[in-house]
Amino acid sequence: MFKIMDTSLFERKSETEWVLSPRDGMRVPVVIFASEKLIRAMDEKVREQAVNVATLPGIQVASFAMPDAHWGYGFPIGGVAAFDPKQDGVVSAGGVGFDISCGVRTLQTGLTRKDLEPATKALADELSRAIPAGVGSTGRVHLGLPEMDRMLRGGAQWAVKEGYGTDADLEYCEEHGCMDGAEPEYVSEQAKRRQQDEMGTLGSGNHYLEVQEVAEIYDERIAQIYGLHRGDLLVSIHCGSRGLGHQIGTDYLRKMVMAAAQHGLALPERELACAPIHSTTGREYLGAMRAGINCALANRQMLTHLTRKAFAFVFPGAVPTLFYDVSHNTCKVERHEVEGVSKKLHVHRKGATRAFGPGHPEIPEAWREAGQPVLIGGSMGTCSYILAGTAESERLAFSSAVHGAGRAMSRHQAIQKWQGRQLVQELAGRGIVIRCRSMRGVAEEAPGAYKNVSEVVDAANQAGLARKVAQLVPVICVKG
Amino acid sequence: MATERWEHFSHEADIGVRGYGGSKAAAFEQAARAALAVVVDLDTVQARERIDIACEAPDDVLLLVDWLNAIVFEIATRQMLFSRVEVEMDGLRLMARLWGELIDLDRHQPGVEIKGATYTEARVEYRPDGTWMAQCVVDV
Repeated sequence: MFKIMDTSLFERKSETEWVLSPRDGMRVPVVIFASEKLIRAMDEKVREQAVNVATLPGIQVASFAMPDAHWGYGFPIGGVAAFDPKQDGVVSAGGVGFDISCGVRTLQTGLTRKDLEPATKALADELSRAIPAGVGSTGRVHLGLPEMDRMLRGGAQWAVKEGYGTDADLEYCEEHGCMDGAEPEYVSEQAKRRQQDEMGTLGSGNHYLEVQEVAEIYDERIAQIYGLHRGDLLVSIHCGSRGLGHQIGTDYLRKMVMAAAQHGLALPERELACAPIHSTTGREYLGAMRAGINCALANRQMLTHLTRKAFAFVFPGAVPTLFYDVSHNTCKVERHEVEGVSKKLHVHRKGATRAFGPGHPEIPEAWREAGQPVLIGGSMGTCSYILAGTAESERLAFSSAVHGAGRAMSRHQAIQKWQGRQLVQELAGRGIVIRCRSMRGVAEEAPGAYKNVSEVVDAANQAGLARKVAQLVPVICVKG
Repeated sequence: MATERWEHFSHEADIGVRGYGGSKAAAFEQAARAALAVVVDLDTVQARERIDIACEAPDDVLLLVDWLNAIVFEIATRQMLFSRVEVEMDGLRLMARLWGELIDLDRHQPGVEIKGATYTEARVEYRPDGTWMAQCVVDV
């Protein structure tokens, strides 16, 4: 079904910027940021979906696609679109995705690869014991409904109050660990039931917890500010809002499909389902989605606590500190300048990372002059990157950048091609310890089943969406 | 080729599930088997326990997506996997029985959990050869 995108319709504005002018109901252009190689490998569906997004009411400036864009649900994954509520703007459940606030959190351990060397296996064992991962795994706490609502309002702040971490952690989360405007009453009972036993779990698929080594520094000045040095040992956690977020996505995608006609929205595709920001459905979704963001923040905070316990067991006295926590499936209200006017917009980033430039007040003070850390996860066995938001990114795409590699091959193809046990051995030969109880899970996540994350990061760097700071290579990978 | 069968079709990030059958109910049954097979090899799951599901929706496509999402919900909240499915349909009402057992990571070696069924490529069709097809993409 894959069909190469017809790039002849695009005007190439620079090495990395491709523009499709408005036509056939489009209110704004489509802008794709990519190298020639990346855009030529994109699916035609990316163009179709980005064009569809450009037709939605209230969209501002352009329907953007990042260098890692691929075919999603209504919105492309790697899509960025901002809507003005004052111009009948909409909010879309598909524009956020099922895994609300899926993101990456990175910890600085204060240790180096050398310190780890004699204890690699011990730490891998301890982490895989400590971190519940995989289909059907449950966390160590069961949340009753009243406590669930407190968690949904408080996010990582709730988790810290419950003893999972310290106040200092919150400074290094987006929104200080708590998304305002969460309304748990608009989260269905089913969504809450799905979450009761899933707090502090990693999930499955492309989610992981990795111990990584800083392998390369590309920007010494920013690395200095971030406190990153070659050989440093970091921990990165990639996961989201678990069953609760998935169910909110399911519930509101359906509600938006059902209510579209009533809102006078003629959608080119059902999956583009959205609702006016000021409609009942739109407002309720925003309240529920923000509760989903808090669930993800609380979940990553609890995983941080479990990680610290595992580290303390192997390295007495070691306390990994939070470097940054950034989500890549969200809709957030932000102030941006459009044609010289400062506007409050609802910015959807679906498989795209916020990337505020230097000096932005949302950035933790310690990192502020460098720009916001942009954490790009690789896949099992491949590298990850730390980038920094740039001043230009605001003008280019509402301060947004890439989020990861994306699959190059289906899960089915991957299990035909690779065997889990063999992959684990091969990676061990390269110094990477994998801990995963399902060998099918490992095969589906084979490094070769993903696109090259380095090409995506290079394109983002070249386009000016974010600046490349450091490359991280995995040492231990715990998979679901 | 057998009338009742399931298959996966490719989607860039996720997986398409498709079922064929001699009736709409049979196609929904097979689509469910396709979805269950995303998570686990069906042959490894024993039919120890039965659960019942009922759904109702305004049209076939919404019903298909609701049905698959109901299964996702049962997997997540019961921590169970299923291998046997029976569906009965009365217009736009669906009654189903699923048989399975509790997840055992070491024995089942599951692949990936399904986050939700989507409206992407979602279709329920009566085909010229007199059979039915039901399909959509699931997010994993």
